[in-house]
Amino acid sequence: MSLQTLTRDQASEPGTARSSAPRARRRPALRPTAVLACLVLLVALAWALAPALFTSYGPTSSVGASLQAPSAEHWFGTDATGRDVFSRVVHGASHSITAALVAVAVGLVVGTTLGVIAGSVGGLVEDALMRLVDVLLAIPGLLLSLSVVILLGFGTTNAAIAVGVTSIATFARLSRSRVLEVRRSEYVEAAFGSGGTLPTILWRHILPNSAAPVIALAALQLGSAILQISTLGFLGYGAPPPTPEWGLLIAEGRDYVATAWWLTLLPGLVVAAVVLSTNRLSDAIGKAERP
Amino acid sequence: MRYLLRRIGGALLVLVLAFTAAYVLLAALPGDAVLARYGNPDLGLTADQLAEIRAAYGADRSAIVQYLDTAVSFLRGDLGYSVQSGAAVSALLAEALPSTLTLAALGLLVALVLAVLIAFTATHGSLRGGRPTAWLRSALRGLPPLMVSLPVFWIGIMLIQVFSFQLGLVPVLNAGPVQSLILPVATLAIPIAAPLAQVLIRSIDEVSAQPFVAVARSRGASAWWLLWRTVARNALLPALTMAGLLFGELVGGAVVTEAVFGRMGVGQLTAQAVAARDTPVLMAVVVLSTVVFVLVNLIVDLLYPVLDARLRRTDATGPARTGATSSAPVAPASPEPAERSEVTAR
Amino acid sequence: MSPAHHHAPTAPLLEVAGLRVAYRTRRGHVEAVRGVDLAVARGGVTAVVGESGSGKSSAAQAVIGLLADNGAVTGGTIALTGTDGRRQELVGLPERDWRQLRGTRIGLIPQDPTSSLDPVRTIGASVADPLRIHGWRDRDRIDARVLELLERVGLDDPAARARQYPHELSGGMRQRVLIAAALALEPELLIADEPTSALDVTVQATVLDLIDELREATGAGVLLITHDLAVAADRADTLVVMRAGRVEESGPTGQVLAAPSADYTRTLLADAPSLRRVVERAPRLSSTDETPLVTVHGLRQEFAGRGGRTPFVAVEDLSFEIPRGTTHALVGESGSGKTTTGRAIAGFRVPTAGSILVDGTEVTQLGGKRLREFRSTVQLVHQNPFGSLDPRQSIAQILEEPLRNTRRGSRAERRSAALHHLELVSLPPEVASRRPRELSGGQRQRVAIARALILQPDVVVLDEAVSALDVTVQAQILRLLASLQDELGLTYVFISHDLAVVRQVADTVSVLRRGVQVESGAVERVLEDPRHDYTRQLLAAIPGSGGTRPGDPGIDHEELTAS
Repeated sequence: MSLQTLTRDQASEPGTARSSAPRARRRPALRPTAVLACLVLLVALAWALAPALFTSYGPTSSVGASLQAPSAEHWFGTDATGRDVFSRVVHGASHSITAALVAVAVGLVVGTTLGVIAGSVGGLVEDALMRLVDVLLAIPGLLLSLSVVILLGFGTTNAAIAVGVTSIATFARLSRSRVLEVRRSEYVEAAFGSGGTLPTILWRHILPNSAAPVIALAALQLGSAILQISTLGFLGYGAPPPTPEWGLLIAEGRDYVATAWWLTLLPGLVVAAVVLSTNRLSDAIGKAERP
Repeated sequence: MRYLLRRIGGALLVLVLAFTAAYVLLAALPGDAVLARYGNPDLGLTADQLAEIRAAYGADRSAIVQYLDTAVSFLRGDLGYSVQSGAAVSALLAEALPSTLTLAALGLLVALVLAVLIAFTATHGSLRGGRPTAWLRSALRGLPPLMVSLPVFWIGIMLIQVFSFQLGLVPVLNAGPVQSLILPVATLAIPIAAPLAQVLIRSIDEVSAQPFVAVARSRGASAWWLLWRTVARNALLPALTMAGLLFGELVGGAVVTEAVFGRMGVGQLTAQAVAARDTPVLMAVVVLSTVVFVLVNLIVDLLYPVLDARLRRTDATGPARTGATSSAPVAPASPEPAERSEVTAR
Repeated sequence: MSPAHHHAPTAPLLEVAGLRVAYRTRRGHVEAVRGVDLAVARGGVTAVVGESGSGKSSAAQAVIGLLADNGAVTGGTIALTGTDGRRQELVGLPERDWRQLRGTRIGLIPQDPTSSLDPVRTIGASVADPLRIHGWRDRDRIDARVLELLERVGLDDPAARARQYPHELSGGMRQRVLIAAALALEPELLIADEPTSALDVTVQATVLDLIDELREATGAGVLLITHDLAVAADRADTLVVMRAGRVEESGPTGQVLAAPSADYTRTLLADAPSLRRVVERAPRLSSTDETPLVTVHGLRQEFAGRGGRTPFVAVEDLSFEIPRGTTHALVGESGSGKTTTGRAIAGFRVPTAGSILVDGTEVTQLGGKRLREFRSTVQLVHQNPFGSLDPRQSIAQILEEPLRNTRRGSRAERRSAALHHLELVSLPPEVASRRPRELSGGQRQRVAIARALILQPDVVVLDEAVSALDVTVQAQILRLLASLQDELGLTYVFISHDLAVVRQVADTVSVLRRGVQVESGAVERVLEDPRHDYTRQLLAAIPGSGGTRPGDPGIDHEELTAS
């Protein structure tokens, strides 16, 4: 799902391949949307780290009448047992975001390791690893994570690992193709040509120059993992009920969809905002890297 | 056709490996779906009785024998028996499949139309022409990223809320067969249309920047001509590679959609199987969808050379340095392609 | 104002006055064209000559109304006068009117034939495009016209070619196809934007001949955009020299070349290797008894054909010797095997057969540690200075890396060696802290040369090392290479497609064609008295010799080396 890596920025500016005019060093200015995305993510992260700063209500305690519509007192209203929905969303951030980070870490570490090994060793090792990646890709994502969840058991961490497993293949493919691309570059050849060894060149040239698209993918996967984990939570394979996990939160509001719209709408919007922000951030990282 | 054989061989290998992986994940390691169901002390079964049941399910034989046995049964179409209900998995699937296929086919169709509509409208201006609707185009460009950011189940619930409860357009209870499909199809179509539209937009942007598009403009082509004759065909090719990915989304989307709308189908079957740890059912679903995935990708692979003449010959790329000097770098493959001499062409 | 204007009884076909073009960029407005006047006479050729960033392409794009989305004409007029004497102003023309003009009255021959044809459609379909766009409906009539056009541009078996796809044709054939499409509706004005810069030199000559021939036949005017003053000198009757968006000088070709009035024109002339001697360099005398530094014997390089196909032979039975301190040139067009040979000498590829001795070491037998140690003896400089420097390293890091790899010197010694080598290639010391993207192409190539020299090699393989550079920069680098050779006693393997350059910088030369050495020997001997037809073709194709045809041996070589 490395959609970002499919394309390059097509800035149409004057200047040709033969350009010899000295070009000024330039850093692309952060676009307003990217700034907004960063803000949203920072807020979500702050919710995850210190939820008590943002809400005085406990996430699992009843604090008022049930099914109250949003008000100044209860921003997102209250649910069927009188719990404050906003406070549940804020506290849920730590479950959902931590789980997403675990998932991305699994995919990033395992996938990138596989990809870098495949790309730099080559030969039979590469063939074998890439065949493994093909197999991972061949099983539809949700089914793969369900299989892993069955194996490991239900729960947030296991759901996170399951989601992480599904992204291994994507990370492996991207990092391998980047390593191969950088490896074919003339500056890597020049490094070999001046007596460099594979390990030093891998460390000095190949990895630093391969990193940016992989980081952009990691940002993209963070959002994707939040969605997938909330899906597992919604289906009931994630955290057990009193936990304020985002997917579960929406699932609980589903029974009151006719009477209490805020129970599903508002938590869903929060999830969408966070995921959209990771998309924008990933875009920005990808663009900043391209010359 | 060397190409054909290599592709089919590769597809078979992936299938065998995927079957093995699914088997290891679902059948071999937790093996004891039997224990999960019958091991509960409340049932009061003795160890002997348990062993008997295990033997009946074939759970007492060596792992390799069981694996091969399962593989042969799958090839014969015998997908095993549900631990939960005892029914044949193939019968369960046959019952659930029509409903899911209808949903998936309609969802895919709507998604394709939606994606093409969004992508073409959003990029039309980049091909030049009139530009009175710039704001609409930029709004359309922002739509796919937004659509991929929404949880599928949330979309479903919101659709029910808006169209059934607020507007009363689609009844929730006692809906006819067509009415009961409208919202699920919409729910399924959105997450599939979004990535497809994203890829199409990027692809169209990229093709539009190619010199041959500028050349077509220099011949006097209009924006529509460019889009249909020049850009569309080149831009649709990369979108084809999405087919496998879309199938995965379709399967995942079906599970969630059927759960949200309470429709019986393969998705619901899968969800229930996971909840009950009914591994034979999940195993069958995983293997079947992997078969379809591999087939879809195989078809796309074989379709590519038909649509793009450049792929009709198998290109020999230059080899890497594979001499005795193993520590030497892999040289870029640049054997200066032999060009037909122009002098003789004249 | 162009002289064509004064001599023609009626208004010229194309008249551009005070043209200004600007681009909106993230850094604000950038003016690419700042007041350009030029004219193209009916049946005449006006060449706009300039280096990169001169604005010549922007001017051409403005004339056909195809500026990039962020570009716009900000001033001036562009007028097209028809045979009926009606004058049409093009600036500010609505898009709809532009579309009716493009293809019918103005045709474009684009720069890069590899990417200018739709890869998924047949040649026939691409050539038919202008006809269909402009309302031709009769399928038989279209097919007949396409075949006629393909035949007219010199393609053999037009019917078969029309069914082929672009990738099945060579670069030169693709350019012919594009010319056919441009001519489909017999436009009055042809814009040829660097029409041959992506082609081999012999192909370039035939394509330019074709354009000339068709111009004469149809009476169209040609606006030729080129970076190559020699090409312009051969083909144009009016020259417009541009720099930084302005016209430095314009006038009849002969007049501009014989008595250039602008300093910049003089510089361009002085730096064009095909027109003037660019490098002053004493020929290296080599005593015959001395053992050569590099001996290549019976070199053969095959590339395995995939899936049982016969292997492709890139180099076949190649032998030559290079005495120490001299320059040996490998000359040939694409597919000649010159780069493959250079890479084998630098130890980047083990040849299929043959031997390469450098200073008594058999390069083909090296491996592992010994190969790494050998790297200090032979260094390679790549063609593209944009790809051969790691964008993440500073120039100092780039220069110090070879020393770190070979564990030479302390940190401080490495730093001072880096600064010393910057000075050697005439770069200021403050460059050390910069990154490659902050440098110009010429500066980057200097850094690449400094990196190659820092290990104090005996041999430097220069793989088209000046080919991607602007002509004035190219001349500077050639002079630098010559002075470094004097100073350090280096031996060069100079790989190039450009005989005009080779003539000035090499002592000995091997002429390669499809992997086979057709001729070899001292430069003066091979170039003054070529014994092989192919060498003669290459020589005849050098632009600046006045529109010669391939195979035509009647070229005056003395004229080239004079002055």
